[in-house]
Amino acid sequence: MPKMTMVQAINLALHQEMSRDESVLVLGQDVGVNEGVFRVTAGLSEAFGESRVIDTPLAESGILGTSIGMALAGLRPVCEMQFSGFSYLMMGQFEGHATRFRTRTMGTYTCPLVVRMPYGGGVRALEHHSESREALYAHLPGAKVVIPSGPRNARALLVAAIRDPDAVVFMEPKRSYRAFREHVPEQEEVMPLGKAQIVQEGTDLTIVSWGAMMRMTLDAASLVASQRGASIEVIDLLSISPMDVSTIIGSVKKTGRCVIVQEAPRFVSISSEIVAQINDKALLYLEAPVKRVTGYDVVTPYFSRETPYFPSPRLIQRGIEQTLDF
Amino acid sequence: MPIRDKHEFKVSFLQVLDEDGRVDKQLEPDLSRDQLLELYRGMVLAREADQRMLRLQRQGRLGTFSPSTGQEAAACGPLLALGKADWLVPAFRELGALLMRGVPFNRVLRFWGGWEEGNVFPGVDRTLPIAVIVGSQIPHAAGLGYAVRHRGEKDTAVLTFFGDGATSEGDFHEGMNFAAVWKAPVVFICQNNQWAISTPLNKQTVSESIAQKGLAYGMPVLQVDGNDALAMYRAAKEALDRARAGDGPTFIEAITYRLMMHTTADDPSKYRAEGEVDQWERRDPLVRFRKYLGSKRLWNAQKEEQLRVEVKQYIDDQVKEYETPIDVKPDIIFDLVRGIAHELIEEQRAEFLHRLNDENEDADA
Ligand SMILES: Cc1ncc(C[n+]2csc(CCOP(=O)(O)OP(=O)(O)O)c2C)c(N)n1
Ligand SMILES: [Mg+2]
Repeated sequence: MPKMTMVQAINLALHQEMSRDESVLVLGQDVGVNEGVFRVTAGLSEAFGESRVIDTPLAESGILGTSIGMALAGLRPVCEMQFSGFSYLMMGQFEGHATRFRTRTMGTYTCPLVVRMPYGGGVRALEHHSESREALYAHLPGAKVVIPSGPRNARALLVAAIRDPDAVVFMEPKRSYRAFREHVPEQEEVMPLGKAQIVQEGTDLTIVSWGAMMRMTLDAASLVASQRGASIEVIDLLSISPMDVSTIIGSVKKTGRCVIVQEAPRFVSISSEIVAQINDKALLYLEAPVKRVTGYDVVTPYFSRETPYFPSPRLIQRGIEQTLDF
Repeated sequence: MPIRDKHEFKVSFLQVLDEDGRVDKQLEPDLSRDQLLELYRGMVLAREADQRMLRLQRQGRLGTFSPSTGQEAAACGPLLALGKADWLVPAFRELGALLMRGVPFNRVLRFWGGWEEGNVFPGVDRTLPIAVIVGSQIPHAAGLGYAVRHRGEKDTAVLTFFGDGATSEGDFHEGMNFAAVWKAPVVFICQNNQWAISTPLNKQTVSESIAQKGLAYGMPVLQVDGNDALAMYRAAKEALDRARAGDGPTFIEAITYRLMMHTTADDPSKYRAEGEVDQWERRDPLVRFRKYLGSKRLWNAQKEEQLRVEVKQYIDDQVKEYETPIDVKPDIIFDLVRGIAHELIEEQRAEFLHRLNDENEDADA
């Protein structure tokens, strides 16, 4: 199979899962005839028909609420929020029901559904089209939150999310949608939810990142490694919640130094939780304070101002150097 | 007890100018020559500005935007009836309304060019910025309506716009219901342009009209030919007068059509037939209004030429102003986040400024 973009890889997962399991269906705004505003749902309507690829009315709460009903009745809806910035309109349904049915009914009912949403900045888009708000979803007990970083893991994680018995928020870093290609095997590939991936082994410092920040992080890490001969371990978090804490702790115990790179604002964020976990479980192994390279706690500026408000390779590089030098 | 009929409802349709620009004398609003020309200029300006924005976008000088070509009558007609004390609450496809309100075109360009300055309208009060979250502005209009009445502002009303797609959102239903329950002075205008991106009206709703949704909330409704500027003016004027008189909200459904793409990032050939567009091009609101002006001997080719030149000159000047660099400090966003100093924000501002320096050095090296 040729190399694929993330858009194509997600599309492949949807095609294959819909072929494999008749209970899988796709719904959202403009996902059918128009094949999604990013073309993620290309060819699905043609292949599976309008009853399994549904162009819905323009209502996010309606999309999630009906998905919950479908899921309770044994379907596996994969619904799309056109942009994560509009997903808050379904927050009531998500927090109030999708995350709770399992507990509420003592396991009698669960919500096997996926909410896909493009998130994140760097694409010069309008207001509400650039935020990284994974912490909002990760804060909810019962929610699963997954963020792929490349075509291959996007495909394998989406397959796992669709097969998962509970509600999964699948956040797609839109700036990586077409930024690069990877080999994605034709045959089935599934990555387990709840597991991080050590994408590069090292002994001097651990970096934890996810989503669109992964590529920048790898670039910065290899620059510092080549300039200073440092051995850097890089962890792709992939599953924001539940979080693979033991992989992070194991790595930090080995390296004694940690940098967390996230696009999202810093306050009460995923990086806050990682720092807290390290504090609880590996404090005495640390040789430097855990460094956070993050977005700022401001309202995301409009796109002509946005660039310096996101982490950059240079900023990540500085964070790594500072932590190594401590 | 037999089943008996309880309520009957009807939805009326208003057209003042037919598709050939012939006026219904009974319905023709009493507008002065100046008012008619102001309305026509507004529509021409909106059309020319839209076309210029398209070119700027294609040249990489503007971000993605939502063209309003074809919908000028629906946006401009009501603005002729809106007073300075009234509030305007737009969505994102009412370029003509913003321009008729007096918002300088360079501000609109700044908005679509990715600058917050595009939401600041010097000298223009009571005009909210473009709302990107579909339907989210509708409850704001209801709240504004409550507030102006609560504050004892007599003769003041609120005008809000949104699309057909917006009527599927909860915010539409909640905003309409609140306004009706509160008898708030609000005029709701739905620009039913038949499409919400690729979603046609019949997938959005199976109601026979959008107008009838207002009946469910207990307010007067009217369906209007949205490509007829006189009808839009007339409907909005009556509704605004009713609101100002304390008689509560009105819902207007303007039947119109989006002649261009949803936004410059959209390709309509994926989901709609060219033939449909051609059909609506024949109902161009500008052509219709021009015929009417001609029939009143208010217009001719020479005047048209003069107007186009004047409007294009204005647009040129405004584009120039838009492209003049904005001299605002790069960390302005930290000032704005809450408007008060806070240790964490100040800490991050310092990091930000340090980082800018560092990256500039990098770029210089
Ligand atoms: C809450 C929300 N969901 C989705 C979007 C993405 N979106 C932008 S415009 C649009 C369609 C709007 O249709 P309509 O209300 O008919 O207005 P029109 O674009 O036709 O003027 C959509 C889905 C959004 N901006 N806000
Ligand atoms: Mg529409």
